[in-house]
Amino acid sequence: MKTSPYKPMKGRIIEAEMLTDKEKFFRIELEGKINLAHDPGQFVMVSIFGYGEAPISVCSSPTDKGYFDLTVRNVGVFTDKLHKLNKGDMVGIRGPFGKGFPVDNMFGYDLVVVGGGIGIVPLRSLIRYIMHNRNDFGNVQILLGCKTPKEMLFKEEAKEWMKRAEIKFNCTVDKADPEWKGNVGLITTLIPGVDINPSKTYAVVVGPPIMYKFVIVKLLEKNIPDHQIVVSLERRMRCGLGKCGHCQIEGVYVCQSGPVFNYNQLRDFKGECHEKAI
Amino acid sequence: MKYGSIKKDDLNTWITHLKKKAKLYAPKKKENQFVFRPVKDINDISLKYIPTILPPKKYYFPQKEKLFKFGVNPFKTSKAISEFEEFILFGVHTCDIAGIQCMDVVFRESPEDPNYLNRKDKMIIIGIECLEYCDKYANCTSMGTHVPRGGYDLMMVDLGDNFILHVNSEKGEKLVSGLGYIKEADEKEMSQLERVREAKKKVFKEEFISSLQKVHEAFGNNFASGVWKDVGRRCVACGNCTAVCPTCYCFDVMDDMELSLASGTRYRVWNSCQMDDFAKVAGGEDFRKGRDSRQRHRYYRKFKYPVDKFNRYFCVGCGRCTRTCMADINLVETVNSILSAKDIE
Ligand SMILES: Cc1cc2nc3c(=O)[nH]c(=O)nc-3n(C[C@H](O)[C@H](O)[C@H](O)COP(=O)(O)OP(=O)(O)OC[C@H]3O[C@@H](n4cnc5c(N)ncnc54)[C@H](O)[C@@H]3O)c2cc1C
Ligand code: SF4
Ligand code: SF4
Ligand code: FES
Repeated sequence: MKTSPYKPMKGRIIEAEMLTDKEKFFRIELEGKINLAHDPGQFVMVSIFGYGEAPISVCSSPTDKGYFDLTVRNVGVFTDKLHKLNKGDMVGIRGPFGKGFPVDNMFGYDLVVVGGGIGIVPLRSLIRYIMHNRNDFGNVQILLGCKTPKEMLFKEEAKEWMKRAEIKFNCTVDKADPEWKGNVGLITTLIPGVDINPSKTYAVVVGPPIMYKFVIVKLLEKNIPDHQIVVSLERRMRCGLGKCGHCQIEGVYVCQSGPVFNYNQLRDFKGECHEKAI
Repeated sequence: MKYGSIKKDDLNTWITHLKKKAKLYAPKKKENQFVFRPVKDINDISLKYIPTILPPKKYYFPQKEKLFKFGVNPFKTSKAISEFEEFILFGVHTCDIAGIQCMDVVFRESPEDPNYLNRKDKMIIIGIECLEYCDKYANCTSMGTHVPRGGYDLMMVDLGDNFILHVNSEKGEKLVSGLGYIKEADEKEMSQLERVREAKKKVFKEEFISSLQKVHEAFGNNFASGVWKDVGRRCVACGNCTAVCPTCYCFDVMDDMELSLASGTRYRVWNSCQMDDFAKVAGGEDFRKGRDSRQRHRYYRKFKYPVDKFNRYFCVGCGRCTRTCMADINLVETVNSILSAKDIE
């Protein structure tokens, strides 16, 4: 008999912690401690029975074994309920779904990782993967942008990242507070400063729709080839299986063909895609 | 048996036989319209009908379909795959059969959808070929769905005194074999069938001003056409057009809790790309904000995207969307406007 792709697996929350006022971190163990076996950049459908399901990016690396991590921003009915759950509570998990970051193609390349706001969440899966396979990649530069310093996610972890060889970390805020010593301004202001060999570089961008438009233009100005600019898109999702229709951009189901796309693919979309740079 | 023949006088005997074999659904008159219903009295069946209000979709892709039951505390899910009994859809038009073929393509594509496929496995389709136009709203000729193109178990064609039955599957064979009143069609009947099909060519005329190939091309060039603005301005976003369409399959997923709050059921329910929150995300972004872009999306999901992906048009020309539209948006007119629009891209 066929198994249903709509039926979730059992997942137990083994750690839960508020990271900021709005974002909560969860570490989840699947029944039997089986590995989720995801690629960095893939997502799962998280279920709370009685409240429904939502797509959430996996923010740990597949090299983190026996558990996986999620970080969730409270924006509505479902995410609010999720925030009320704690260590020991159960959730339903389906997935992993979609196509993640093309880590195999990035082998040996330098990386520029650009995250805006909550965009750092899916990027954490990639960054941790790089950390665990550091010799497979060239120089790594991470650019982060957030509205204010107190909204910055994974602050402590970022300090660890910076200690690793060849990792440059740059962060900017739209609005500083008295303690802030870093850059102030939009994330695009950081890009002219990055020193890269464009043909040997992959740029990975995740953030709000408005950010893509400006960041991609700056990356193109740096001569990074279209297919080496990688983005992850957010769309409404209900099934994750390429059936329910919600996540569609023109002929493409984001849940199956994405959420990660390269700019080559993005460029061909005619409309319905605010991330378009040109 | 490849082609069977049954006298009209024996039709009721056969239908009574079918009714004993499996649950039987057939078209029935309801005021001035028609609906598919479980057959109680076989005299209620209408074999001459214009497309039913809803396509038989409700039997293989129900409006509200259980995915599984769940328990909250203790946390558990029930068996997620339901088993179904055999059922017969009787008297299905060729356009609606083409609609089922479209659904097949979607739900068989990996990852397969067992909810649909399990029902489909149990479904037996007995079609009936239209020899006259249902009404002025259809565009089945342009879509090539006015003639049978597979996807059924048996196909009935009216030859005057009798029906010829094309046996197209093992399931179909089982419903006609061993019955004294269904004989193998003879040569005379076979040539009669050919004559009927010839005569039909004079009745059924292409509704679009150009060939389907050109339709696909024109959609490729007119994403930014003013036609979408016009259609969008008139549309009231009621979603009727998608609910009645035999090839629309979008859905939402929702949970119903029992009163105890300890358990409940997860369902999928029909949803429509014409609803204004269909593509909205948490950041407040709406990727298909205007009714123009939502209408365009509906048309592109019929005449462009599935053609690129599955080599198949997802309009079967039943005319239901036009018949039901509160704003008199007419599919043939819209497609013809796109065909005569100047190429933009
Ligand atoms: C591939 C992918 C990965 C994601 N990863 C994360 C992540 O790691 N962390 C995180 O916090 N969020 C993530 N999201 C966003 C998250 O899915 C939505 O914030 C969540 O579904 C909102 O649900 P809600 O019920 O709390 O909001 P609602 O109460 O439903 O509504 C709040 C707003 O969210 C919109 N919305 C409703 N359902 C969805 C949906 N399924 N997708 C998007 N918007 C929706 C509504 O239109 C409304 O504007 C991701 C989304 C996608 C598509
Ligand atoms: S688009 Fe309209 S005419 Fe075409 S199959 Fe759907 S309801 Fe029928
Ligand atoms: S039936 Fe007509 S008015 Fe209603 S959503 Fe469809 S096109 Fe718009
Ligand atoms: S989430 Fe249902 S089609 Fe992509």
